Amino acid sequence: MTDAISTQVSQIAAETFEVDVQDIHPQSSPQTLENWDSIQHLNFILALEAKFQIEFSAEEMESIRSIADAVKIVEQRTAHS
Amino acid sequence: MAASDRRVIVDGLIGEGKTDEAVHELALLWVDDPSSASFIISRYKSIGPKLRLTPCKAAFERSFTLEPLIPVCRAAALVNGIELKVHLGQFNAYAQDILDAQSELYRFDPDVLVLAVLTSDVAPELWQGSHHGGSEIGAVSQRVAHHFDRLIEAFRSKSASNVIIHTLEQPPYPNKGVLDDQITESQMAAIRSINDEIRRAASKHKGVYALDYDGLVSRFGRLSWRDEIKWQVARMPIKSVFHCSLAQEWLKFLHPMTGKIAKVIAVDLDNTLWGGIIGEDGVGGIKLGNEFPGSAYRSLQAALLDLRDRGLLLAICSKNNFDDVTEVFEKHPEMLLKLKDFSAIRINWLEKSANLRAIAMDLNVGLDAIALIDDNPVERQQVHTQAPEVHVVDLPGDPLLYADAVLSFPAFQRLAISQEDRERSRYYTAQRQALELKSQSLTKEDFYRSLQQRVVIESVTNLTLGRTAQLTQKTNQFNLTSRRYTEQQIAQFLQASNRRTYTIRVIDRYADNGLVGAAFTQDLGDTCVIDTFLLSCRVISRGIETALLSHIVREARDRGIVFLRGTFIPTKKNHPAESFLGDHGFSPIETLPESSVWQLELQKADVSWPPWIHLADVEAVAQ
Repeated sequence: MTDAISTQVSQIAAETFEVDVQDIHPQSSPQTLENWDSIQHLNFILALEAKFQIEFSAEEMESIRSIADAVKIVEQRTAHS
Repeated sequence: MAASDRRVIVDGLIGEGKTDEAVHELALLWVDDPSSASFIISRYKSIGPKLRLTPCKAAFERSFTLEPLIPVCRAAALVNGIELKVHLGQFNAYAQDILDAQSELYRFDPDVLVLAVLTSDVAPELWQGSHHGGSEIGAVSQRVAHHFDRLIEAFRSKSASNVIIHTLEQPPYPNKGVLDDQITESQMAAIRSINDEIRRAASKHKGVYALDYDGLVSRFGRLSWRDEIKWQVARMPIKSVFHCSLAQEWLKFLHPMTGKIAKVIAVDLDNTLWGGIIGEDGVGGIKLGNEFPGSAYRSLQAALLDLRDRGLLLAICSKNNFDDVTEVFEKHPEMLLKLKDFSAIRINWLEKSANLRAIAMDLNVGLDAIALIDDNPVERQQVHTQAPEVHVVDLPGDPLLYADAVLSFPAFQRLAISQEDRERSRYYTAQRQALELKSQSLTKEDFYRSLQQRVVIESVTNLTLGRTAQLTQKTNQFNLTSRRYTEQQIAQFLQASNRRTYTIRVIDRYADNGLVGAAFTQDLGDTCVIDTFLLSCRVISRGIETALLSHIVREARDRGIVFLRGTFIPTKKNHPAESFLGDHGFSPIETLPESSVWQLELQKADVSWPPWIHLADVEAVAQ
């Protein structure tokens, strides 16, 4: 399940930030991905919410600062439901 | 079907080169999965060049985060055949962009400007107003209304493009609670009065339209619509499930603005106009009436009558036995629609696509002016793939939702309605009678004479500007150059001393056909160039086109013009106008596949007025 989630998050990140999925790593962040600005951050959040049928809190939105953060929060949220 | 499966099917069809089928699957995918916007945009990138997409440049000026809506809007437009090129103004810089003639907005030169401003941004007092005294409310609404009025004026002074301006949203809860509705200067009433002023400001200008954003939000519920989390974190106040709803609302304006509209609605009968199958259930067995389940079909019939009032024509396209059908129309007490409400009728066992082509011929319109309403997805797919130009309404599964789906369909929207629109179905009845008469007449001239045609030719006036622009945008068949003009552009022609505009109105023994033709010319030295020459298909082949040309020739000669020059630009549809210039003595001086230029030397040749047409003046006709 963990693999599946991290794979799907990476795919969404690749589509949103317009890079190859091979270039997405757990440490990828706004510092390493040129297109990860505040607007694409919002688009990333919206795409994750649509994909996993969840809604992030404001704190969660702000705390996602890397792909690993996103995977961790999605895992937490989907485990609860 | 799962959205991921559909994506695989789409890519398979694209790989096999089955573009029209891929387009159909993309449309179904879009209905199923609103998060497929980027997939849809990327696939249209590869198949777009093979399609006849209508281009449209849209600028969005806004006070809040609109970025996530742009791909949604582009995808929604693409599956409706419109290819958007988008300019998004900087965050909350709408006023500067509109006021500054040097801004990116004007460099982009949009076909349409969408102005989307939130109440909380432009009138914070009316959104969270507790720290403002109630006595200021009147002043606030005056200030805000003036702000929008000034922006519209400023934009119109720099650009003739269309404008869609959002009205202001009312908050879910008034700050004074239930007290708000008990006082005269209420918060909600102030927002409503600003919205009235926005509508008034819009109506003062041609091509400026109000979008009832407040109504849109309330349609879905203010509390459901609002995304407080995204608003606080990212200034994005709309829940993502409603992004499609807003995009769809924009499309309702973009369709009529780009001329991508249906003029004829062809409806299926069994399980569409009534529940059940007439051939099996009989008149007594079909479901139709004021009670459920027959009420769903009655609501659809009522909706179709509303659309006819918008100026659309109705047609029947059904696989059925003719006699079974007439029995329903004649005997069923709950039928709102009567056979006389339909301008064309095709009841047989042929393929739907073939019948739709026949209906298009009957009514003298292109296939892309036809829309199909049919409950059967198989028939819809048949039409999608065999007649891809047709607007196919993808009806929802539940018949109770049919009426709403039809009333909100983008290609059925109109931004203005003329007298011609309201009376159109009567014209077509008159034309049918004229055709019947034609078969009894001895010669063509006898037929023309029997029509007792009178025409009025005059320049474009304030009263006819709207209809003339509409004619340039909608006339596809008898149109030499198919140049589309806005009211603003035509108004500019009126200012130019070397340009002339002509409109022609036709009255015959059956009907006042209204304004049915237009021409624009431009003098360049001793040559008069025909920029535009068009005639509604309702009146072609009766000598009207010759009359209008003869009038232009006579006026040109009176001005001392030596050469009258015309251009024919072939399109898929204007074949009826192809031989027009040659038939009237013009000689080709340049012939290219994409256009041909023709010339008439006025000292050597004339275009004589058809003797069976009477040139009337405005006053004589007014009586």
